[in-house]
Amino acid sequence: MNATFTLDGRPVAFSEGQTILQAAVAAGAYIPHLCFHPDFKPHGSCKVCTVKVGGRHAASCTTRATAGAVVESDTPELNAERLALVQMLFVEGNHFCPSCEKSGDCKLQATAYDLGMSTPHFDHFYPDRPVDASHPDMLLDFNRCILCSLCVRASRDVDGKNVFALAGRGIRTRLIANSRTGRLADTSFSHQDKAAHVCPVGVILHKRRGFETPFGTRVFDRKPISARADSTAEIAAVEADGS
Amino acid sequence: MDGTAPRKLKVATTSLAGCFGCHMSILDIDERLFALLEKVEFDRSPITDIKEVGECDLGIIEGGVCNAENVEVLREFRRRCKVLVALGACAVNGGLPAQRNTLSLPLILQEVYRSEPGARYGLIPNDPELPLPLNKVHPLHEVVRIDHFIPGCPPPADAIWKVLTGLLEGKEPALGHGLIHFD
Repeated sequence: MNATFTLDGRPVAFSEGQTILQAAVAAGAYIPHLCFHPDFKPHGSCKVCTVKVGGRHAASCTTRATAGAVVESDTPELNAERLALVQMLFVEGNHFCPSCEKSGDCKLQATAYDLGMSTPHFDHFYPDRPVDASHPDMLLDFNRCILCSLCVRASRDVDGKNVFALAGRGIRTRLIANSRTGRLADTSFSHQDKAAHVCPVGVILHKRRGFETPFGTRVFDRKPISARADSTAEIAAVEADGS
Repeated sequence: MDGTAPRKLKVATTSLAGCFGCHMSILDIDERLFALLEKVEFDRSPITDIKEVGECDLGIIEGGVCNAENVEVLREFRRRCKVLVALGACAVNGGLPAQRNTLSLPLILQEVYRSEPGARYGLIPNDPELPLPLNKVHPLHEVVRIDHFIPGCPPPADAIWKVLTGLLEGKEPALGHGLIHFD
């Protein structure tokens, strides 16, 4: 297929059925995103990938690419809106980067850096979200969950286990482990599952591997997220390394 | 112009609920401090040991707000300083002290002062000179207006330098990759 649309004035080729973000990622073009992962069906929930298509706002992960479409992404207006979305994610959870082992390899943090976020701006919720350390190999720190649902999709669609689910609605939506006790240890979750390797933030963590990579050499220390063709694959490589 | 040297800008710094790590990072700008001292003079700061903040051009605050004294000092800085900079993770989002925010304050005080091991017949301190702790730790911007933020635990000396020199030149400071980090 040779059909193209333009992304910030540059042509991007796409094949029939691809969404704007799928085509952009495949072409190595950067549109900020958090809940999207090229291996899974788009979810369209974080809205960080919002672009303007023909002048109208649309989530690029769920909007079909069409020939000749004029897509704007890297504009002061859209980046300001993305910044506000990311700031809201920061205040809704407990994101204390200095004590998080995902720091430096975290897509939320890297996206915030790239958008120039120097402050969360809003008032903090400081929610009370106990961790689940019941599983022998994995730790769940719900404080950092941004409800991207990647673990839900990975466990359901790839692992065939349905270990995770989003429960509740609206502001009370939360990630849960699907077992009668609610504990991860009482699910069939394994550290080899796909769902153990897709968390873009520091919720689903491999035990006994914290702070393995020295400062300065972590994924986003070396290059900003916008300068990486496929940050998702790179984080996955880091995660897979040694597991 | 009459040829006299321009007035030195007055800078005050303080640490609220912080660990002084950010102040160590200020010192870490090393010999550039001499260049800085050509343009600024320090008012209240651990560097000068001046206890009261005077009228200042710039206030730099490390740490979040965890007790009544922090609130008072922060408001005093806001009143006296034209431009206020939040320095470091705790000033920006509460940081490590804010990790107590999901626990009740009475419970924390009981745990720290009344439980074994430790002082066997310990009391929760209640000397009137001690500032009362707040129920929650807050970042600075939840209490007063903040003009600029330098995140990091601590922020790199180069980030502090870039913001300070930017402000001295009247530019809007932007950190960029490598200097902006939250850890």
